[in-house]
Amino acid sequence: MITVERLSKTYRVADKQPGLAGTLRHFLRRRQRDVFAVRDVSFEIAPGEMVGFLGANGAGKTTTLKMLCGLIYPSSGQVLVAGHQPQRRHPDFLRRITLVMGQKQQLIWDLPPMDSLRVNAAVYGIPDRVASRRIAELSDLLELGEELTRPVRKLSLGQRMKAELLAALLHEPEVLFLDEPTLGLDVNAQMRVRQFLADYNRRTGATVLLTSHYMADITALCPRVLLIHQGQLFHDGALDRLASRLAPERHVRLELKEPAPAEAFTGLGRLDSLENCEVNLRVEPSSLTRVLAEVLERFEVRDLEVNDPPIDQLIGELFRQGSL
Amino acid sequence: MGRYWRTLRRFWGTALATQLEYQLNVVVELLAVVLSLGGSLLLLSLFFGPGRELGGWNWNQALIVQGFYTVFDGMTTAWLRPNLGAIVTYVREGTLDFVLLKPIDSQFWVSLRTFAPAGLSEVVLGLGLAGWGAHQSGVVLTPPLLVAVLLMLMVAAVILYSLWFLIAATSIWFVKTWNATEVLRAVLASGRYPLEAYPASLRLLFTLVVPVAFLTTVPAEVLLGRASLPLLALGFVLAGGFFAAARGFWLFALRHYTSASS
Repeated sequence: MITVERLSKTYRVADKQPGLAGTLRHFLRRRQRDVFAVRDVSFEIAPGEMVGFLGANGAGKTTTLKMLCGLIYPSSGQVLVAGHQPQRRHPDFLRRITLVMGQKQQLIWDLPPMDSLRVNAAVYGIPDRVASRRIAELSDLLELGEELTRPVRKLSLGQRMKAELLAALLHEPEVLFLDEPTLGLDVNAQMRVRQFLADYNRRTGATVLLTSHYMADITALCPRVLLIHQGQLFHDGALDRLASRLAPERHVRLELKEPAPAEAFTGLGRLDSLENCEVNLRVEPSSLTRVLAEVLERFEVRDLEVNDPPIDQLIGELFRQGSL
Repeated sequence: MGRYWRTLRRFWGTALATQLEYQLNVVVELLAVVLSLGGSLLLLSLFFGPGRELGGWNWNQALIVQGFYTVFDGMTTAWLRPNLGAIVTYVREGTLDFVLLKPIDSQFWVSLRTFAPAGLSEVVLGLGLAGWGAHQSGVVLTPPLLVAVLLMLMVAAVILYSLWFLIAATSIWFVKTWNATEVLRAVLASGRYPLEAYPASLRLLFTLVVPVAFLTTVPAEVLLGRASLPLLALGFVLAGGFFAAARGFWLFALRHYTSASS
């Protein structure tokens, strides 16, 4: 359904030093440099797949998404979505995709969502009878009722997002590009949107590419994730494989019967913390059995726990640091 | 084509509904239109005393020009300003993305998305004023004459739209175009007086560069039955040329659209 081959996008940006001197120099002789927003990204997505698209702010997620929708022209490389080159924005292509952006809205602010839906029905050439049926079906799934006839400005953020989704899905697109669809929603609303997307995917077999800052969205919906970092594809595959790539070490937590000095743990992996009887170690998976055997031999252990670091914590760290 | 009609009806239906959400606004705007036309007529009357002429135009004939100017000012208020003025907002807020992803011509969308009914009253007042001026000048409105006048008004509308659109489309690069459209509006304001009231150099500017003459003076001359054929032909050529330029420029601009960041 989606094929991306060596996709790149460079932007020319002006380089300007701060201060008056910098401004003058910038005005007289503009120095520009090329910035790679996306570099050599390749992947394929099969029909009906739900794929999570991860990356820190500025990693190139939105740029890639916009190239897949046809909003911006790639600098090089090939993109094929539903058999079309997106940047041509062929009407047949546009009828088969949709884009939902959590930070932007297409609904008319002063009018009830129903008016925007009627505009969309006309734009997509959907007969009124068909449109009414689809609106009834989708509003049922989204648990939207009289909200559809209340001005958008009087709806809560969660209700508005659900109405946005309805407006974006009225033409029954085969490919859904969702950019932060749960942004700013409370936990309940997030869950309902998530549930709806899973249902929708199951019922229609639509292909979904989803970006989100909430790991819960990704873990709940996407068996496969793409992680983009500094414009390049860092990971393509299952979420748990990403976890082992990001943090190859296992976490071992010990509760000893008696306190032990730090030196006692030499040769037993990396010592994370030591507080009275509680010890945290990080151990390479290959030496895990040896370390555990030695620990049990050297100390009297009251409790022992081996964990993978939680994926959202890992990715959260990655986003914060902005580097791998 | 049916789809575009249906879309346009929905566009304007929602525009009307949006305006009516704010009832008081409608009343205030109507009042502003009447006051503004009154002011314009007062100003015009200062130039034309009874029996005085300006560049070969008498008071009644000048009323036709003022009438057509009011028509196009109304068209600007009702149609051009709400639509083309919003392109900047689409670009800045990134909602142009939604427009570009619809299977409908984007120029159609940004040009006709909405309208402000208050401007329509100005159009009606302007037509009334032009009709009154024509009647006082002894014009007999035959069907062929009416067709010719309407045709010239359409040429004028196309020129005005294209000029506005050319400026509005630059907002793809320069997010602030408000000043440029204000300059255009000021230049267009010169159309409220007959072309002959201006010196020769300005006349040339208003005919060829910013064809203000074709908005008001030429249709008025058609109505008075004294327009020359070559001038009318030039009007059609200019309208076609400006429209093609506006279309081409829009397609070119979209290639440079980078979309607001997330």
